[in-house]
Parts: sequence; structure tokens; C-alpha cells
Amino acid sequence: MGKRQISKIILLETIFIGIISLLIGIVVGVFGSQFMSILVAKMFEADMSDFQFVFSQDACIKTCIYFAVMYVAVMIFNTFTVSRYKLINLLNASRKNEKVKIKNPFISVIIFIAACSLLGYAYWKVTGDVHSLNTADKILPPILMGVVSTFAIFWSISGFILQVVQMRKKTYLKGTNMFVLRQINNKINTMVASMSIICLMLFMTISVLSSSLALRETMQSQLVEMTPVDLNLYKTANLTEKYIRYGKEVATTKEQREDSRISISQTLINNGFDMKLLKDLTEINIYSTNNLKMIDFFGDKAEEVKSKFPMLKYETTEDIVKISDYNRIAKLYGIDQYELDDDEYIVLCDFDSMKELRDSALLSGNNLKIAGKTYKSKYNECKEGFILMSTSHTNTGIILVPDTCRLTDDMKQQHILVANYNANTDEEKEKIENLFSSEDSGFVQRLANRGLVIDGFTKISLMEASVGLTTIIIFIAIYLGIIFLIASSAILALKQLTESSDNKQRYTILRKIGCDENMINKALFKQIGIFFGAPLLLAIIHSIFGIQFALTIMSEIASVKELLPSIIATVVIMGIIYGAYFMATYIGSKNIIKEE
Amino acid sequence: MEKILEVKNIEKYYGNKSNLTKAIDNISFDVQKGEFVGIMGASGSGKSTLLNTISTIDRVTSGHIIINGEDITKLKGNKLNKFRREELGFIFQDFNLLDTLTAYENIALSLTIQKVNAKEIDRRVNDMAEKLGIKEILKKYPYQVSGGQKQRIASARAIITNPKLILADEPTGALDSKSARQLLENFEYLNKEMKATILMVTHDAFTASYANRILFIKDGKIFNEISKGNDTRKQFFEKIIEVQTLLGGDLNDVI
Repeated sequence: MGKRQISKIILLETIFIGIISLLIGIVVGVFGSQFMSILVAKMFEADMSDFQFVFSQDACIKTCIYFAVMYVAVMIFNTFTVSRYKLINLLNASRKNEKVKIKNPFISVIIFIAACSLLGYAYWKVTGDVHSLNTADKILPPILMGVVSTFAIFWSISGFILQVVQMRKKTYLKGTNMFVLRQINNKINTMVASMSIICLMLFMTISVLSSSLALRETMQSQLVEMTPVDLNLYKTANLTEKYIRYGKEVATTKEQREDSRISISQTLINNGFDMKLLKDLTEINIYSTNNLKMIDFFGDKAEEVKSKFPMLKYETTEDIVKISDYNRIAKLYGIDQYELDDDEYIVLCDFDSMKELRDSALLSGNNLKIAGKTYKSKYNECKEGFILMSTSHTNTGIILVPDTCRLTDDMKQQHILVANYNANTDEEKEKIENLFSSEDSGFVQRLANRGLVIDGFTKISLMEASVGLTTIIIFIAIYLGIIFLIASSAILALKQLTESSDNKQRYTILRKIGCDENMINKALFKQIGIFFGAPLLLAIIHSIFGIQFALTIMSEIASVKELLPSIIATVVIMGIIYGAYFMATYIGSKNIIKEE
Repeated sequence: MEKILEVKNIEKYYGNKSNLTKAIDNISFDVQKGEFVGIMGASGSGKSTLLNTISTIDRVTSGHIIINGEDITKLKGNKLNKFRREELGFIFQDFNLLDTLTAYENIALSLTIQKVNAKEIDRRVNDMAEKLGIKEILKKYPYQVSGGQKQRIASARAIITNPKLILADEPTGALDSKSARQLLENFEYLNKEMKATILMVTHDAFTASYANRILFIKDGKIFNEISKGNDTRKQFFEKIIEVQTLLGGDLNDVI
């Protein structure tokens, strides 16, 4: 048979296998994707009532194209390989042994030490020295160092691990240890590259999965914490004839100006809203004065802060709230209430980066002048708290002052109304919600007709809005993490399985010289275990530092205390997928080397 | 003399009822301790099947094989493996050395799987290597040494466990004549100096002439048996050729 014919056989075989696997893959994929979307929706507590079966033609066509491209590449490569072989090599294929390249152990040890040091330095760079990585491009060198040292570690370990164990004769000359070690040593030369890549992929999986799961947990718990009531309404107070809105000058009507001087509940009643639908109603005002802008808050520190963060709007006025007003809301929200002496103030702020700035000012004991009186800060840091609900910690600063502070009506900046819906079931709540949010609602239309504006947040809308951009990013991260995990386990499994058939001969020899099945299975288990375990081990070490770094970056949005459950979840997911592939490989290999 | 191997009326059938092949047809013989027995026969005569049944790789259809007082046709599973590991030593035509292991390790492996302690292993491997003249190549891999050296490594592996019986299947089959002679001299040494009992299958008269006694097999039956007695090896070789001619003109098997 000519080489062309052999190539043709391989070509046909490849095409047939390709078509069959493509068909099966698409069928499984169509259903798998439905399962995936349900899973994701469940994860982010999205509304599933509108769910329907989706078949993406686009995705299907793309799959076929990419698959075809890969197949053509493989076929060309195969044909090329076969045509290069000499006939004698094809005939003796099974008897030909791969030459074991032997590395100089001395050089290996040196490279190993160098790689470990480099890795240690990269680790330190992303944890201990993390503040020096203040721009995005500076993260590249530590990543590159990590990649290079991962390769170097696997390369060098393969060069001396054998010698090290050989020196421990008791371990080396025990059972099939010698054989297992040689098996690994024999293959690690050719597997350095794939093991390193798999190690890095696993590292990605572990870090990405655990940090994004932590992010998701934080988001979910903040969402619950930050939406304690059903309804927040707010309205600008003391409208002037003309004011700046989104950078444009807007003229106001007399009606609007008048409405801005009355409370929100008054506006609701005036426009025919049934107040019985609300309970726990609490109304307060936020004050502001041109004498207290953000720049004033920072006092002596102003120039320093300004030079560091030039983008902040230092000319905006600070929000001032009376302590008793705030406590009424805090009581309803179920969060901390505060007390103040007549000459004290408290700053509430929970947006981390802003809190840091304000804390620096508070630490140096900045006094504020409000309505003609000087106040000193009760604490030398910002306290937790918020007035308007949100999907996360976004309160950039509220200044609480004693009730005795002479805040006049013309200093009112905003009217705030906080309430719960007077309803027991979700359906009833939804009805009340619609009165505020639906375009068809008579109340909304009446307000619109008169040009009145009341803004607001509702628990329901915030919950829905939270399934937003961050969620998509987290989803992609989790998805990629799992795909990486599956890909790397599959590569390892396939590599092991193809090698098992090569190894069959070796295991047959073991059997011939009197190893029983137990010994052989144990040897196989050890061999595959080490191949699966080595990349995982290094990946776990990488991840310890990687996760810490990820948390430093995401400190504003993810909290450390959510990390442990996320890591546990990651371990479970990895255990299931990686473990399943490991077991499948072991069982598969066992069957391959089994005697007929 | 002590009987090491006792083969009693064994039969081995292949195939099904409609197409039955008798690979072994009622064979019986004994091997005494310290004997070097050759089994000769043409291709397809059943000599390999016979060796496989004795080495517990294959099972007999009927009859008994007793090695050192134990009926191996009744052994099963791990007991059989244990028996094979501890009582038998194997030498194969294609060496069956592990390509990933050095010569030293290949020899040591048969001891490590018997849980011999490390110091003992080291001593015994070096000792055996010296006796078989392979001390210089202990650190080499099978692909780095010649065929004859490979077979001597395999022999060392077979004998190092002090087996009751060494089974050699065409040990010179893949060797050139010089290596074959060297190997057979090693066998002689093992047999005479170390009192090893060897059962060797071969179709080569020259190889067979190193044995003390030869069983000729044809169509699954013992056809003839000759002993060396006090003959020189050359005389014994000529006897073997005579029998082979009788066997059916397997002249092309003669060197």
C-alpha cells in the first residue's frame, strides 16, 4: 500500500469520527446550554417565568466552522506525518522506544532554585509589594515571571526528582515505586509543556472561580443589606427659577417651584395617591449649604487630596442630615443609630475608596463650620450607614449634625420619603410598585402632566437592576473557569489514555514477571495520580497568592469574609470535575492494560 | 533426587467443538532438581503452549502440573501470581525488559515486588551481575546494550529471586551466534554452579545441546527423549540432529 493510500485511510477515518463527534456534540450542546442558562439564572436569582427553549443557529454554524478548521488542520498534519515516515518505521512502530533524554541534574537543581526564587519574587510582587502595582501594565511582569517559572519548575524537576528519590533507596526499591517513577520520568520530558499549561489553566480556574464566586456572594449579601425597605422617594427641594441639570440650564415653572417646597407625602396626596397603600412612612430632609463643599471638608488636606485625585467634584455641596432624622430612618432600616453632643458631627460613608479619603481628613481632626457654628468630629473615622437604598455600598458621605444645628428651610436640598408597601403578598406589592413605575399608572401620568419630578428606588427594581454588568462579568468568569477546568482535565485524561495503550506492553511485562493485579492497579493509580496531582499542586500554590491579589484589586466590591465559602465551592466544583476525569482516566487505562 | 516439576497427563484444546485443535495431547514428564531440560519441536508442535501452561500463563484443559509439591492447575488469582512471583523465573525470546528502567532496576524489580529490603536487593543485584558479567552495564538502559547483554540482564532478573524453576522460551531466538553462545555458557554456569533448575524451549539444535536432557515434541505429543549422559556437547549435538531428522526433516531448523 502506498503512502498516499495510508494517508487516504487516515483522512477518511478522521472525517468519519469528526462528523459523528460533531453531531453528538451539537445535540448534547443544545440541551447542555439550556441547562447552563437555568443554572446561571438560579445563581443570580433572575426571574425565570419567561424562560423558553432557545436554539442559536448562529452558535451552531460557528461551532461547525471552528470544528471544521481544527479538523482540516489535524488532517493536513496527519497526512504530512504519514508521508514522512519510512516504511520500516511504520512496521516497527510498536517496538520503537522513545529515547529518554537525560538532563544534567546539577543544572536542573540550579534552574529549579532559580525558578523557585523567581516565583517567590512574583508572589511577593502581587501580595507584599502590591501597592507598587498601581497601573494595569505593571501587573504583566509578575504574570510573565509566574509563567516562566512554572515552565522552569516542571522542566527542572523532571531532571532531578529521580535522582533525589533514587538516593532514598528504601523508598525507591519498594514495590513498584521504581517503575512508577521511571514511567513519570520517561514522560515528564515530553509532558513539561502540557503540564505547565495545564497548571496555569488550573490556576486560572481556581482563582477566577473563587474570586468571582466571592464577588457574587458579596453582591448578593450587600443587595439584601442595602435594600431594607420597599420604597425610597426623593425630590429636589427649593427649586430656583433656573438651575443646572446635567450641565444644562433648565427653567422651572411656578408649579414646580411650589411643589419643591412641600414634602413628598404632600405631593403624593395632592396627586391622588392613596396613602393607605404605604406603611412605616418616614420623611426627612437633606440640607446643604454653599459654605460646606467637599473641598471644605478636607480642610488642610484639601491640596494633598486634590493632587492625588483630581477627578473628584470638589465643588459639590456636602449632604447634611439632622441626627434625629437619620435615627428614624436607621431604626426602620434596622441599622446602627448614633448620638451626638451639641458640638459634634459624624460622617457616614461606606464607599470604600471615598471612606479612605475622608478618614484621612478625620484623622487630622478637621473641624467643620455649619450654619455659623463650629463642630468637631466625634470619631476619627467614617461610620457605616446610608439613607438611599442602592445595589451596593455607594454612600460617598453624609454629615450628621445635632438637632440644635440652625439649619433653615432654605437650606433644604432634598425631600426624602422612606416607606414599606402595605401589602403581604408579592403580587400585592407588585401592584403598588406599578403605581410608581408603570407608564400607565394614573399617578405617574398626573405628575408628568404637571411637570413634577419625584425620583426613587424600590426594592423590586434594585433587585432586578443588580442583574447587570457585574453579573455578566462574573458569569463569564465562572463560565470560563469551568471551561478551563474541563479543557485541562480533558487534555490530561486524553494524554494519559493514549499513553496507556503505549504502556500496555510495559504493564504486560510487569504481569509476566509476577506482579499481581493489585500491584499493577496500584502502580497505574500512582502514575496517573501524580500526573493529575502535580499540576494541581502547583496551581493551588499559585492560587493562594493569585486569590489574595484578586481580592486586593476587588476590595471595593468583594469582601474577604465571603472568600472561604467561595473557596469551598471552588474545591467542590474542581473536585467533581477534575476528580471525575481522574477516575475516568484511571478506569479507562485499567481497561486498556487489562489482559485479554 | 527431588522432583521439582511433575507434568501428569496434561491436555490443552483450542477452539470449539466443530473445530478442535489439540495443542497438547496427553503429555507427562518429570524434571528433577538441578536438571537442565530442553524441549524441542518445530513451529506449531505445541512446545510453547506446554511452556505457557507450566508458567501458569495458560491453563490446561485436563491433567495436573505439580511444581515443588504444589498443583498449579488448582491455583487461582493472587495465589497464582504469588506463586509465579516467588517460585518461577522467566526468560523470554524478546527479553521483556522495561525500556524505561536501567539494567540494575530491571533486575531489582523482581526483588522489590517480593518486598525484599533495600540493602539486600543492592547486594544481590551486584552479586548476580558480577556472576553474569554484566556489572559494567548495570547503569545502562536496555536500548543502550546489545541483544546478548539484554538477555543476560533478563536471566539475572529471572534467577535473582532463587526460583525453584527457570522457564526459558527461545532465549537465543533473537541473538547472534556469539551472544547465544555466551548466554548458554551463563545458563550452564547457573545450572552447574548455582544449582538452578532450567526448563528451556527451543527449536535450535545448538542451543538445545547445552541441556542435559531433551524432550522432542511433535503434534502435541512427546515423540522422543534423549539424555546427554557422558557425551561431549558435540556428540550430543549430533544426536539431536539425528532425532530432528527423524522428526520429519526439519532440516531447515538446523544451523
